[in-house]
Amino acid sequence: MTEELIIAGFGGQGVLSMGKILAYTALMNEKHVSWLPSYGPEMRGGTANVTVILSDEEVSSPVLKRFDTVIALNQPSLTKFEEEVKPGGVLIYDTNGIKNPPSRTDIEIYTIDAAQKASEMGMLKVFNMMVLGAYLEVKPILTLEDVLAGLKKSLPERHHKLLPVNEKALQMGGDMITKL
Amino acid sequence: MKEDIRLLKGNEAIAMAAIRCGCDGYFGYPITPQSEIMETLMAEQPWEDTGMVVLQAESEVAAINMVYGGAGCGKKVMTSSSSPGISLKQEGISYIAGAELPCLIVNVVRGGPGLGTIQPSQADYFQAVKGGGHGDYKLIVLAPNSVQEMADFVDLGFELGFKYRNPVMILSDGIIGQMMERVVLPPQKKRLTEAEIEEKYLWATTGKKNNRKQNVITSLELDSESMEANNLRFQEKYQVMQEEEVRYEEYMSDDADYMLVAFGSCARICHKAVELAREQGIKVGLLRPITLFPFPKKQIAELAENKKGFLTVEMNAGQMVEDVRLAVCGKKPVEFFGRLGGIVPTPDEVLEALKTKVVQ
Repeated sequence: MTEELIIAGFGGQGVLSMGKILAYTALMNEKHVSWLPSYGPEMRGGTANVTVILSDEEVSSPVLKRFDTVIALNQPSLTKFEEEVKPGGVLIYDTNGIKNPPSRTDIEIYTIDAAQKASEMGMLKVFNMMVLGAYLEVKPILTLEDVLAGLKKSLPERHHKLLPVNEKALQMGGDMITKL
Repeated sequence: MKEDIRLLKGNEAIAMAAIRCGCDGYFGYPITPQSEIMETLMAEQPWEDTGMVVLQAESEVAAINMVYGGAGCGKKVMTSSSSPGISLKQEGISYIAGAELPCLIVNVVRGGPGLGTIQPSQADYFQAVKGGGHGDYKLIVLAPNSVQEMADFVDLGFELGFKYRNPVMILSDGIIGQMMERVVLPPQKKRLTEAEIEEKYLWATTGKKNNRKQNVITSLELDSESMEANNLRFQEKYQVMQEEEVRYEEYMSDDADYMLVAFGSCARICHKAVELAREQGIKVGLLRPITLFPFPKKQIAELAENKKGFLTVEMNAGQMVEDVRLAVCGKKPVEFFGRLGGIVPTPDEVLEALKTKVVQ
């Protein structure tokens, strides 16, 4: 198993930490992982993305141009990365603010409405966990239990009270994903 | 003992490994993309535990001169920076090489010249392996291609530095510095005591005792004949390094018609390019120099005997390719592919370059 994934969105949406939780959980489950962020001035308000590779084998290049899965959380990311999904691959995007939906027909396309939902429910801080839940519904590489265990281990004790809301977000994400 | 497995950035791994290997002091000045090294050291507060000093100096120049002072006392000391900061340190590095002192310098390279970008680059290859500062000197240059190697090369770097009394550089880049991977951290080593340093490093300025001559640490020698003798001694040392310390890795080279040559993060990208090329029936292998000085020239010369051609891939305008060409010595074509200024080549681009430039 090798999963080559890019998560892209605005800085502040939790793109990098979503990737980190995914990588950390995969590491706990004996996978090889790499997590490569876009870094630099674009982190302050602009676009941010992270390439995450999860594999049973050692990871060769952490830098990729074609992905098994693209998760796009805003219009610029969707426009930029749609063409980088491998044929037959998966594209997941949040519909919030999307004016130009994807046009490819050789890939599986899924939508989520997580930004809107998270905002309505006052759960913006766990928006990225909704997205992660949605992703794992399509690509069940890890279980939600694995992710929660990963979160528990990586979060300092004083933040453990936040675990239930993260669990809820993961489940909501899994429920809301829709195939086009 | 249970392995200490972490998910760390390359920069964080350098910091953790420095504490673990019994480093006495880190002196630095922040610059992207390597600031996590000092940030991690500050967060870990090793001074509470091992007694390691972590100090943010007032400038890069101050930091390297603190390293010079610490190294003169036989201490295990290091600094880190990124390209523009490493340029500022060159005078000090030349002095340290001239005074024959061990130390570790980490360069997490970004795009240049000048202040350039903060994105990954390998454009400091020449600076690292061909001198950098003034005078005929060499650094031992280690090029990690993973977070694990970032950690491992700290200890290795100090080991080689003390073995040869020579500064050692870890030449990394923004990719390896910023990416996170699984890393197994080494167990904690004890720092040497003053008495142990005195006993082990007879050259160090540990305080003159009545029964020995004073130790002098300097790179100054106004008598030209003595300075030539010093230089000859340095050259002899570099020759021994060339014979004994070359490190490299080969991937799928046995049956390969063509060879990619790349170091550091580019070698990871080329590794993938080899996989892609093999899927298309192109028999290509990869040679990854791990030591950039000493360079694996003998190995490349041997490959030149039975391979059809070489493609060197770097994130610069073509620097290591000159050393590859010297090693191949005109026997086979050596082509170059690179991206500049902070742009990272993709495995597909490398494959395309291989097809258009090398494969007949």
